Amino acid sequence: MKFASPLESHVLFAIGPVPISQPVATTWGIMAFLTIGSWLLTRRLAFRPTRAQAALELVVETIAGQIRETMEAEPRRYLPLIGTLFLFLLVANWSSLIPGVEPPTATLETDAALALIVFGATLWFGVRALGPRAYLATFARPSILLAPLNIVELFTRSFSLMVRLFGNVMSGVFMIGVVLSLAGLLVPIPLMALEMLTGAVQAYIFGALAMVFIGSAISENGARPPSKQESPA
Amino acid sequence: MNWIHLASILGAAFAISIGAIAPALGQGRAVAAAMDAIARQPEAANTVSRTLFVGLAMIETMAIYCLVIALLLLFANPFA
Repeated sequence: MKFASPLESHVLFAIGPVPISQPVATTWGIMAFLTIGSWLLTRRLAFRPTRAQAALELVVETIAGQIRETMEAEPRRYLPLIGTLFLFLLVANWSSLIPGVEPPTATLETDAALALIVFGATLWFGVRALGPRAYLATFARPSILLAPLNIVELFTRSFSLMVRLFGNVMSGVFMIGVVLSLAGLLVPIPLMALEMLTGAVQAYIFGALAMVFIGSAISENGARPPSKQESPA
Repeated sequence: MNWIHLASILGAAFAISIGAIAPALGQGRAVAAAMDAIARQPEAANTVSRTLFVGLAMIETMAIYCLVIALLLLFANPFA
Protein backbone atom coordinates (compact mmCIF):
# COMPACT_ATOMS: atom_id res chain seq x y z
CA MET A 1 0.00 0.00 0.00
CA LYS A 2 1.31 3.43 -0.93
CA PHE A 3 0.47 6.61 0.93
CA ALA A 4 1.15 10.11 -0.26
CA SER A 5 3.90 11.75 1.74
CA PRO A 6 2.48 14.10 4.36
CA LEU A 7 5.54 16.31 4.00
CA GLU A 8 4.73 17.54 0.50
CA SER A 9 1.55 19.03 -0.89
CA HIS A 10 0.37 18.86 -4.45
CA VAL A 11 -0.09 21.90 -6.65
CA LEU A 12 -3.59 22.77 -7.76
CA PHE A 13 -2.94 25.57 -10.25
CA ALA A 14 -0.54 28.40 -10.86
CA ILE A 15 -0.98 32.17 -10.90
CA GLY A 16 1.78 33.33 -13.20
CA PRO A 17 5.02 31.80 -11.91
CA VAL A 18 3.61 31.15 -8.42
CA PRO A 19 2.24 27.64 -7.90
CA ILE A 20 -0.83 27.51 -5.64
CA SER A 21 -1.00 24.32 -3.62
CA GLN A 22 -4.08 22.81 -2.06
CA PRO A 23 -3.45 24.02 1.54
CA VAL A 24 -3.08 27.59 0.30
CA ALA A 25 -6.41 27.41 -1.51
CA THR A 26 -8.06 25.94 1.60
CA THR A 27 -6.53 28.70 3.72
CA TRP A 28 -7.99 31.30 1.39
CA GLY A 29 -11.36 29.63 1.67
CA ILE A 30 -11.22 29.68 5.47
CA MET A 31 -10.06 33.31 5.46
CA ALA A 32 -12.97 34.26 3.21
CA PHE A 33 -15.38 32.28 5.39
CA LEU A 34 -14.18 33.96 8.61
CA THR A 35 -14.04 37.43 7.09
CA ILE A 36 -17.45 37.30 5.46
CA GLY A 37 -18.95 35.56 8.48
CA SER A 38 -17.73 38.15 10.96
CA TRP A 39 -18.68 40.97 8.59
CA LEU A 40 -22.21 39.62 8.31
CA LEU A 41 -22.48 39.09 12.06
CA THR A 42 -21.16 42.51 13.05
CA ARG A 43 -23.00 44.45 10.33
CA ARG A 44 -25.83 45.60 12.54
CA LEU A 45 -24.86 45.46 16.18
CA ALA A 46 -27.63 46.38 18.61
CA PHE A 47 -27.94 47.05 22.31
CA ARG A 48 -30.46 44.27 22.58
CA PRO A 49 -28.43 41.57 20.89
CA THR A 50 -29.91 39.08 18.54
CA ARG A 51 -29.15 35.43 19.09
CA ALA A 52 -26.15 35.41 16.73
CA GLN A 53 -24.73 38.57 18.25
CA ALA A 54 -25.06 37.12 21.76
CA ALA A 55 -23.20 33.97 20.69
CA LEU A 56 -20.46 36.05 19.09
CA GLU A 57 -20.16 38.24 22.20
CA LEU A 58 -19.84 35.10 24.31
CA VAL A 59 -16.92 33.89 22.17
CA VAL A 60 -15.16 37.26 22.23
CA GLU A 61 -15.73 37.70 25.97
CA THR A 62 -14.39 34.21 26.71
CA ILE A 63 -11.22 34.82 24.73
CA ALA A 64 -10.78 38.24 26.34
CA GLY A 65 -11.22 36.68 29.78
CA GLN A 66 -8.61 34.05 29.02
CA ILE A 67 -6.18 36.76 27.89
CA ARG A 68 -6.85 38.79 31.03
CA GLU A 69 -6.24 35.78 33.26
CA THR A 70 -3.18 34.41 31.50
CA MET A 71 -1.34 37.58 30.56
CA GLU A 72 -2.56 39.75 33.42
CA ALA A 73 -2.89 42.59 30.95
CA GLU A 74 -5.67 44.55 29.36
CA PRO A 75 -6.87 42.24 26.56
CA ARG A 76 -7.84 44.99 24.13
CA ARG A 77 -4.46 45.18 22.44
CA TYR A 78 -3.94 41.43 22.13
CA LEU A 79 -7.47 40.27 21.42
CA PRO A 80 -7.32 40.70 17.61
CA LEU A 81 -4.20 38.56 17.25
CA ILE A 82 -5.02 35.84 19.77
CA GLY A 83 -8.68 35.65 18.85
CA THR A 84 -7.98 35.44 15.14
CA LEU A 85 -5.32 32.77 15.68
CA PHE A 86 -7.68 30.69 17.80
CA LEU A 87 -10.68 30.97 15.50
CA PHE A 88 -8.63 30.36 12.38
CA LEU A 89 -7.02 27.27 13.89
CA LEU A 90 -10.35 25.95 15.11
CA VAL A 91 -11.96 26.30 11.70
CA ALA A 92 -8.85 25.01 9.95
CA ASN A 93 -8.59 21.92 12.17
CA TRP A 94 -12.25 21.14 11.81
CA SER A 95 -12.31 21.75 8.07
CA SER A 96 -11.33 18.09 7.56
CA LEU A 97 -14.94 17.21 8.36
CA ILE A 98 -15.93 18.54 4.94
CA PRO A 99 -15.36 15.69 2.47
CA GLY A 100 -12.42 16.30 0.18
CA VAL A 101 -10.92 19.07 2.27
CA GLU A 102 -7.61 18.53 4.02
CA PRO A 103 -6.90 20.88 6.93
CA PRO A 104 -4.22 23.38 5.92
CA THR A 105 -2.63 22.99 9.35
CA ALA A 106 -1.67 19.43 8.36
CA THR A 107 1.12 20.87 6.21
CA LEU A 108 4.35 22.12 7.69
CA GLU A 109 4.36 25.42 5.78
CA THR A 110 1.08 26.73 7.25
CA ASP A 111 2.23 25.92 10.76
CA ALA A 112 5.60 27.53 10.10
CA ALA A 113 3.83 30.71 8.98
CA LEU A 114 1.62 30.75 12.07
CA ALA A 115 4.57 30.12 14.40
CA LEU A 116 6.45 32.91 12.64
CA ILE A 117 3.52 35.26 13.30
CA VAL A 118 3.67 34.41 17.01
CA PHE A 119 7.46 34.85 16.98
CA GLY A 120 7.16 38.27 15.39
CA ALA A 121 4.31 39.28 17.67
CA THR A 122 6.33 38.30 20.74
CA LEU A 123 9.19 40.58 19.71
CA TRP A 124 6.85 43.39 18.61
CA PHE A 125 4.76 43.46 21.76
CA GLY A 126 7.83 43.03 23.97
CA VAL A 127 9.60 45.99 22.37
CA ARG A 128 6.39 48.00 22.39
CA ALA A 129 5.63 47.37 26.05
CA LEU A 130 9.11 47.78 27.49
CA GLY A 131 11.12 49.68 24.88
CA PRO A 132 14.03 48.11 22.98
CA ARG A 133 16.63 48.45 25.77
CA ALA A 134 14.50 47.07 28.56
CA TYR A 135 13.28 44.26 26.33
CA LEU A 136 16.84 43.27 25.45
CA ALA A 137 17.70 43.42 29.13
CA THR A 138 15.08 40.76 29.92
CA PHE A 139 17.27 38.27 28.07
CA ALA A 140 19.99 38.76 30.67
CA ARG A 141 17.69 37.66 33.51
CA PRO A 142 18.20 36.10 35.95
CA SER A 143 21.89 36.24 35.05
CA ILE A 144 23.91 37.32 32.03
CA LEU A 145 25.22 33.76 31.82
CA LEU A 146 21.78 32.60 30.81
CA ALA A 147 21.47 35.04 27.91
CA PRO A 148 22.50 32.51 25.22
CA LEU A 149 20.03 30.02 26.64
CA ASN A 150 17.23 32.59 26.60
CA ILE A 151 17.98 33.48 22.99
CA VAL A 152 18.05 29.83 21.95
CA GLU A 153 14.77 29.32 23.79
CA LEU A 154 13.20 32.12 21.77
CA PHE A 155 13.79 30.10 18.60
CA THR A 156 13.21 26.58 19.90
CA ARG A 157 9.83 27.42 21.35
CA SER A 158 8.66 28.79 18.02
CA PHE A 159 9.96 25.65 16.37
CA SER A 160 8.18 23.42 18.86
CA LEU A 161 5.00 25.46 18.35
CA MET A 162 5.20 24.66 14.65
CA VAL A 163 6.06 20.98 15.02
CA ARG A 164 3.41 20.38 17.70
CA LEU A 165 0.57 21.70 15.60
CA PHE A 166 1.82 19.94 12.47
CA GLY A 167 2.34 16.61 14.21
CA ASN A 168 -1.01 16.57 15.95
CA VAL A 169 -3.18 17.56 13.01
CA MET A 170 -1.22 15.62 10.40
CA SER A 171 -1.11 12.43 12.46
CA GLY A 172 -4.89 12.61 12.84
CA VAL A 173 -5.42 13.01 9.10
CA PHE A 174 -2.91 10.28 8.36
CA MET A 175 -4.44 7.87 10.85
CA ILE A 176 -7.93 8.41 9.41
CA GLY A 177 -6.47 7.78 5.94
CA VAL A 178 -4.92 4.49 7.06
CA VAL A 179 -8.09 3.29 8.79
CA LEU A 180 -10.18 4.37 5.80
CA SER A 181 -8.06 2.24 3.50
CA LEU A 182 -8.51 -0.79 5.78
CA ALA A 183 -12.22 -0.53 6.65
CA GLY A 184 -14.25 2.00 4.75
CA LEU A 185 -17.68 2.40 6.25
CA LEU A 186 -18.41 3.87 9.73
CA VAL A 187 -15.16 2.62 11.29
CA PRO A 188 -13.27 5.96 10.95
CA ILE A 189 -16.07 7.93 12.65
CA PRO A 190 -14.82 7.50 16.27
CA LEU A 191 -11.37 8.51 15.05
CA MET A 192 -12.85 11.58 13.42
CA ALA A 193 -14.56 12.49 16.69
CA LEU A 194 -11.22 12.13 18.43
CA GLU A 195 -9.68 14.27 15.71
CA MET A 196 -12.25 17.01 16.37
CA LEU A 197 -11.29 16.98 20.04
CA THR A 198 -7.60 17.09 19.18
CA GLY A 199 -8.20 19.95 16.78
CA ALA A 200 -10.05 22.01 19.38
CA VAL A 201 -7.42 21.30 22.04
CA GLN A 202 -4.58 22.16 19.67
CA ALA A 203 -6.26 25.43 18.68
CA TYR A 204 -6.66 26.28 22.36
CA ILE A 205 -3.09 25.32 23.16
CA PHE A 206 -1.67 27.33 20.28
CA GLY A 207 -3.59 30.37 21.49
CA ALA A 208 -2.65 29.76 25.12
CA LEU A 209 1.03 29.40 24.27
CA ALA A 210 0.95 32.55 22.17
CA MET A 211 -0.56 34.29 25.21
CA VAL A 212 2.12 32.88 27.51
CA PHE A 213 4.95 33.89 25.16
CA ILE A 214 3.66 37.41 24.63
CA GLY A 215 2.78 37.70 28.31
CA SER A 216 6.30 36.79 29.34
CA ALA A 217 7.71 39.25 26.81
CA ILE A 218 5.65 42.20 28.08
CA SER A 219 6.15 41.57 31.78
CA GLU A 220 8.71 43.72 33.54
CA ASN A 221 10.03 41.14 35.96
CA GLY A 222 12.19 38.97 33.78
CA ALA A 223 11.67 36.49 31.01
CA ARG A 224 8.85 34.71 32.78
CA PRO A 225 6.39 36.06 35.29
CA PRO A 226 5.68 34.17 38.49
CA SER A 227 2.65 31.88 38.70
CA LYS A 228 2.75 31.33 34.97
CA GLN A 229 3.08 28.20 32.94
CA GLU A 230 6.41 26.49 32.50
CA SER A 231 8.29 27.57 29.45
CA PRO A 232 8.55 25.02 26.66
CA ALA A 233 11.30 22.54 26.07
CA MET B 1 14.34 -3.51 -0.91
CA ASN B 2 17.89 -2.87 0.13
CA TRP B 3 19.18 -2.66 3.65
CA ILE B 4 18.73 1.11 3.89
CA HIS B 5 14.98 0.68 3.40
CA LEU B 6 14.91 -2.07 5.98
CA ALA B 7 16.88 0.00 8.46
CA SER B 8 14.63 3.04 7.85
CA ILE B 9 11.46 1.07 8.51
CA LEU B 10 12.90 -0.49 11.65
CA GLY B 11 14.24 2.87 12.76
CA ALA B 12 10.85 4.54 12.26
CA ALA B 13 9.05 1.80 14.16
CA PHE B 14 11.50 1.90 17.04
CA ALA B 15 11.53 5.71 17.10
CA ILE B 16 7.80 5.96 17.53
CA SER B 17 7.42 2.98 19.88
CA ILE B 18 10.23 3.88 22.27
CA GLY B 19 9.54 7.58 21.90
CA ALA B 20 5.94 7.13 23.01
CA ILE B 21 6.85 5.48 26.32
CA ALA B 22 8.44 8.37 28.15
CA PRO B 23 5.86 11.03 27.24
CA ALA B 24 3.10 8.60 28.23
CA LEU B 25 4.63 8.15 31.66
CA GLY B 26 5.20 11.87 31.97
CA GLN B 27 1.65 12.75 30.97
CA GLY B 28 0.31 10.17 33.41
CA ARG B 29 2.25 11.76 36.24
CA ALA B 30 1.18 15.25 35.24
CA VAL B 31 -2.51 14.33 35.09
CA ALA B 32 -2.29 12.48 38.40
CA ALA B 33 -0.69 15.49 40.06
CA ALA B 34 -3.33 17.82 38.58
CA MET B 35 -6.15 15.54 39.80
CA ASP B 36 -4.58 15.59 43.23
CA ALA B 37 -4.36 19.37 43.19
CA ILE B 38 -7.97 19.77 42.06
CA ALA B 39 -9.17 17.33 44.72
CA ARG B 40 -7.36 19.30 47.40
CA GLN B 41 -8.34 22.71 46.11
CA PRO B 42 -11.39 22.59 43.85
CA GLU B 43 -11.59 26.38 43.58
CA ALA B 44 -8.26 26.39 41.73
CA ALA B 45 -9.55 23.96 39.11
CA ASN B 46 -9.56 26.57 36.33
CA THR B 47 -5.95 27.58 36.74
CA VAL B 48 -4.82 24.02 37.30
CA SER B 49 -6.51 22.66 34.20
CA ARG B 50 -5.25 25.49 32.01
CA THR B 51 -1.71 24.91 33.21
CA LEU B 52 -2.24 21.18 32.82
CA PHE B 53 -3.30 21.53 29.18
CA VAL B 54 -0.31 23.66 28.31
CA GLY B 55 2.01 21.32 30.19
CA LEU B 56 0.58 18.27 28.48
CA ALA B 57 1.14 19.95 25.13
CA MET B 58 4.78 20.48 26.07
CA ILE B 59 5.22 16.84 27.04
CA GLU B 60 3.41 15.68 23.96
CA THR B 61 5.84 17.58 21.79
CA MET B 62 8.48 14.98 22.62
CA ALA B 63 6.34 12.21 21.13
CA ILE B 64 5.54 14.44 18.16
CA TYR B 65 9.25 14.92 17.51
CA CYS B 66 9.60 11.14 17.35
CA LEU B 67 6.66 10.99 14.93
CA VAL B 68 8.28 13.58 12.70
CA ILE B 69 11.55 11.64 12.74
CA ALA B 70 9.67 8.48 11.80
CA LEU B 71 7.93 10.30 8.93
CA LEU B 72 11.21 11.73 7.73
CA LEU B 73 12.69 8.24 7.68
CA LEU B 74 9.74 6.84 5.76
CA PHE B 75 8.89 9.63 3.33
CA ALA B 76 11.81 12.03 3.07
CA ASN B 77 14.76 9.77 3.74
CA PRO B 78 17.93 11.56 2.62
CA PHE B 79 19.82 8.29 2.07
CA ALA B 80 17.30 6.10 0.30
